[in-house]
Amino acid sequence: MQILRRILIRLAASLVTLAGAAVIVFVVIRVVPGNPVAMMLPPGATAEDIQRLQELYGLDKSIFQQFLIWLTGVLQGDFGTSISLRQPVAELVLGRLPATLELSVMALVIAVGLGGAMALTATLWRGTRTEGAIDVAGGMALSVPDFLWGLVLILLFGVLWPLFHISGRISPAQGFEFHTNFYLWESLLRLRFDVWADIVAHMFMPALALAIPLAAIISQLLKQSLKETLHLDYVTLARTKGYSETSIILREALPNAILPTLTLIGVQFTFLIGGTVIIERLFSYEGLGNMAIDAVINRDLPLIQGIVILFALLFTVVNFLVDMTYAALNPRLRHA
Amino acid sequence: MRDARGEIRRLPGPRLWLAGGWLAILVLAALLAPWISPHDPLAQDLFAGRLPPVWEAGADPNYLLGTDSLGRDVLSRILHGARLALSIALIAGTLTCLIGATLGLIAGYYGGWVDLAVSRLVDIWMAFPPVLFAILLIAVLGTGVTSIIIAIVVIDWTRFARVVRAEAMGQAQMDYVASAQVAGRSRFGTVLAEILPNVLPAIVALLTLEMGIAVIVEAILSFVNLSVSTDAPTWGGMIAEGRASVHQAWWVLVFPLAALFLTVLSFSQLGEGLKDHFDPVLR
Repeated sequence: MQILRRILIRLAASLVTLAGAAVIVFVVIRVVPGNPVAMMLPPGATAEDIQRLQELYGLDKSIFQQFLIWLTGVLQGDFGTSISLRQPVAELVLGRLPATLELSVMALVIAVGLGGAMALTATLWRGTRTEGAIDVAGGMALSVPDFLWGLVLILLFGVLWPLFHISGRISPAQGFEFHTNFYLWESLLRLRFDVWADIVAHMFMPALALAIPLAAIISQLLKQSLKETLHLDYVTLARTKGYSETSIILREALPNAILPTLTLIGVQFTFLIGGTVIIERLFSYEGLGNMAIDAVINRDLPLIQGIVILFALLFTVVNFLVDMTYAALNPRLRHA
Repeated sequence: MRDARGEIRRLPGPRLWLAGGWLAILVLAALLAPWISPHDPLAQDLFAGRLPPVWEAGADPNYLLGTDSLGRDVLSRILHGARLALSIALIAGTLTCLIGATLGLIAGYYGGWVDLAVSRLVDIWMAFPPVLFAILLIAVLGTGVTSIIIAIVVIDWTRFARVVRAEAMGQAQMDYVASAQVAGRSRFGTVLAEILPNVLPAIVALLTLEMGIAVIVEAILSFVNLSVSTDAPTWGGMIAEGRASVHQAWWVLVFPLAALFLTVLSFSQLGEGLKDHFDPVLR
């Protein structure tokens, strides 16, 4: 019962956050000077044009009425129609979502692998130059955001030493017909490893750019937790029993030290997803973020609104899942 | 057995000097840009397009770091770009700090419904990707320096509010706050005179970090062409052009990127250094 109550309370909080986010996007777009119609029309539109467009999009009604109309639509899965692309927003946005999800998950996997390896190496060689070097690298990685790492990667592995692709999601020459928008998974499941390798070669640079700062955070926290665990009595016991240092760290310390890192990864994953907006732009990757920037440039109000709400939904769902996982993993919270 | 505490200390010396040194040079360069720039940053010379930097073959010694596709001097544009980057860092950073810290202080000290309202607002803010939020705000507000500053303040006040709220909450529990109130100070007086000085070090460190973030946000906005006017010299705008022609003219990307990278790194190192310096646990 306790657990159910916890879940319900957390769910209610998430819904409040989401509703708040929806209201803010709606209000920001409409209240701030320069009404949305002015945003949609090219400069030099006549007053008559503005009037017509306002009626067409229901913008002549009060904000509260507009919000109700929009909300009714959203609850039925209708996010309106994109002005620049003339297609339903829900369709466009859901079509791009897999690209962004694949990129985010790939970045997360790289970050966990890289950060974990850095933490374990530094712990194994603690007090040596190796640890010092990893600390310095981590400090650098953390000081500079993904956008700049992306540019550095473009220079290093796109120009100086062209190992990977720096634009797009797949080579046009592949000519492969996809049935879903999950290119990475679909090519793998259909056993087209050549296509899969091509997609990975496109995704690796943007994913790595997103992963570098997160890897550093993971590495720092995990190393700290590991070191704290290594001082505990049961580890000393294992050591007196003659286990090797590697197996002590991997089998005794790691399982106990990993919980704070898991929570951190959950929280940081939303920041990583937020980072895809500019990284997709930088690498001309056809995902949600790239579409969002185009929507802003084209002054496509319904599309912007739909994308921002989808991001907010994504963030809220991830945060909710993280909290629930944490509660399930941490026995102290389970009975709280 | 090795000591777990020992290695938390990082090298304080050279890191802070290098960061401070670069920022000092940059401030000078920004202030003196109109006098030390070899060329007008807007002047185009279509016969001198994409000239490489002087040490490469085919360069023109008049253009130290080469020219972009329109024949504009890369060095002069970087120097002038520093003016915008640093102005935004200073103004947007300070405003964000003032607004966020004030809200955090009030929420942390008074608690109750004020705290609840601020915390809910912070939660809602965390549900937006910051870059997307900034771009959206610029689209609504229109481009220009004022819009960029407003956008940075609006997206980033939560950073200060969160930290300062937590600090103020901790301080509000302390005995000295209770004794100040017994001694007859008003509640607001207590906040200003007793709590603020104790959270100030954390605020200063955060402010330094925030300046680096402001520089990045401005660069990102000018990268997507939503900052100031299109041909104004901005690091982000230069980087956008350099990205597009990276295979033909690497220098158009490399030099502004290096300036931006060092600046962001310096602000961040300085902020981290200050944080360590003020943190009694680490000292």
